[in-house]
Amino acid sequence: MENTPHLLVHDRRDNVGVVVVENLAAGTSMVCVVTEDNSEFRCTLKQDVPIGHKVALQDLDLGATVVKYGQDIGRVVARVHRGEHVHVHNLKTKRW
Amino acid sequence: MTSAGRTIWAYRRENGRVGVRNHVAILPLDDISNAACEAVAAHIHGTIALPHAYGRLQFGADLDLHFRTMIGTGTNPNVAACVVIGIEPLWMQKVVDGIAATGKPVSGFSIEGNGDIATVAAASRKAKEFVHWASEKVREECALTSLWVAAKCGESDTTTGLASCPAVGNMYDKLIPHGLYGCFGETSELTGAEHLAAARAVSPEIAQKFMNTWSAYQRDVIEAHKTSDLSDSQPTKGNIAGGLTTIEEKALGNLEKIGKKVSFIDVLTPAEPPARGPGLYFMDTSSAAAECCTLQAAAGYVLHVFPTGQGNVIGNPIMPVLKVSGNPRTVRLMSEHIDVDVSGIIRREMTIDRGGDALIDAIVHTANGRLTAAEVLGHREFVMTKLYRSA
Repeated sequence: MENTPHLLVHDRRDNVGVVVVENLAAGTSMVCVVTEDNSEFRCTLKQDVPIGHKVALQDLDLGATVVKYGQDIGRVVARVHRGEHVHVHNLKTKRW
Repeated sequence: MTSAGRTIWAYRRENGRVGVRNHVAILPLDDISNAACEAVAAHIHGTIALPHAYGRLQFGADLDLHFRTMIGTGTNPNVAACVVIGIEPLWMQKVVDGIAATGKPVSGFSIEGNGDIATVAAASRKAKEFVHWASEKVREECALTSLWVAAKCGESDTTTGLASCPAVGNMYDKLIPHGLYGCFGETSELTGAEHLAAARAVSPEIAQKFMNTWSAYQRDVIEAHKTSDLSDSQPTKGNIAGGLTTIEEKALGNLEKIGKKVSFIDVLTPAEPPARGPGLYFMDTSSAAAECCTLQAAAGYVLHVFPTGQGNVIGNPIMPVLKVSGNPRTVRLMSEHIDVDVSGIIRREMTIDRGGDALIDAIVHTANGRLTAAEVLGHREFVMTKLYRSA
């Protein structure tokens, strides 16, 4: 690997990835790696996002399903743009 | 040599099981016998008291679980010998008889009619005898895969699903086909991935048994008692701080620790010993770390691997708990708690395969006698699972 990744994505079907470095600042052109096949792409971060937190890889409309590990992890409750932070303010469980 | 062919130096017990520690346990049958047990342990060097909160006026399935946990704890191969103290002789004797069935030295004492001081004196003499006896036990060379290794993750975050849980899964994939017993649990925490968990059962019957267990918890506990959507408890505040948002996301990361290849061969009730031979088992447990570890130790598991993201500090009095973390911040800020650093996985400097090998190395060292971080730091969380209020 030439560059240490900023963002890891589990599965090609995922529409979010995970920040894996500390102190990542808005404006960074992130090196993103899909762990299932080691493929790389770039995505510009729009907000400061802490390590371990998720970033949208595409624009997500209200009610859209968020996909991670290739699986449903909940629904969008506030519109999100590519490169923005995805967490409890815009993603909710579909269970309990 | 493949990792599965490695050997360890461990204690072979009377029933043939392999233990990695050599404790003389002082086990209270009930809460009011804790003081006597702690007095014995304070007096007799080389013993360990296991105080807990329950054991009085329990009934039905809850009482069965209490006895199963008590007997299973005393029976665990990491315990060389056991002293049991209870307020009344009859329930105390039931636990003594259950432990004695394995051939292990065990002796019981009851407090009623004797008082704490006479009971502590008599129990101390027996405990001293047991310590001399246990301290003459010598470790023997045993197959690594003769171990029973349980897993549970805690204070999880998104690195758990990327690094530490896959490393545990890789270890299971390498060792379980060669005879290791594995165990995962956390019934509520598989919500959102229950369909994927069921698909990993060895047969449609076991898949159905799993779904029945999972559905029963949803129906009888969560639906019956919830006052909100549980988003304040599952995920926990620590999980959310670490970037996990929903139970589905947490469950998918959790399930990474059963690897990619092995199927689970049975569904166990809490603290139930596995009885279908070597393989991976699912146990119906709470997702609270101490409760889950206590149940797995009571089922006979002698070593525990514990992936953590944000830094859970859990230990167990009789079963070494090895911490694995893939979060570089946690490894740096809480280094004294982490036994195996797999944070190289998220930097893509370490493969999951190498992470699994690092964990196997740590298991071998721990089995041979190296103390885990939790053992050195004095973590002895022993927490009984209670099914409902006592009578």
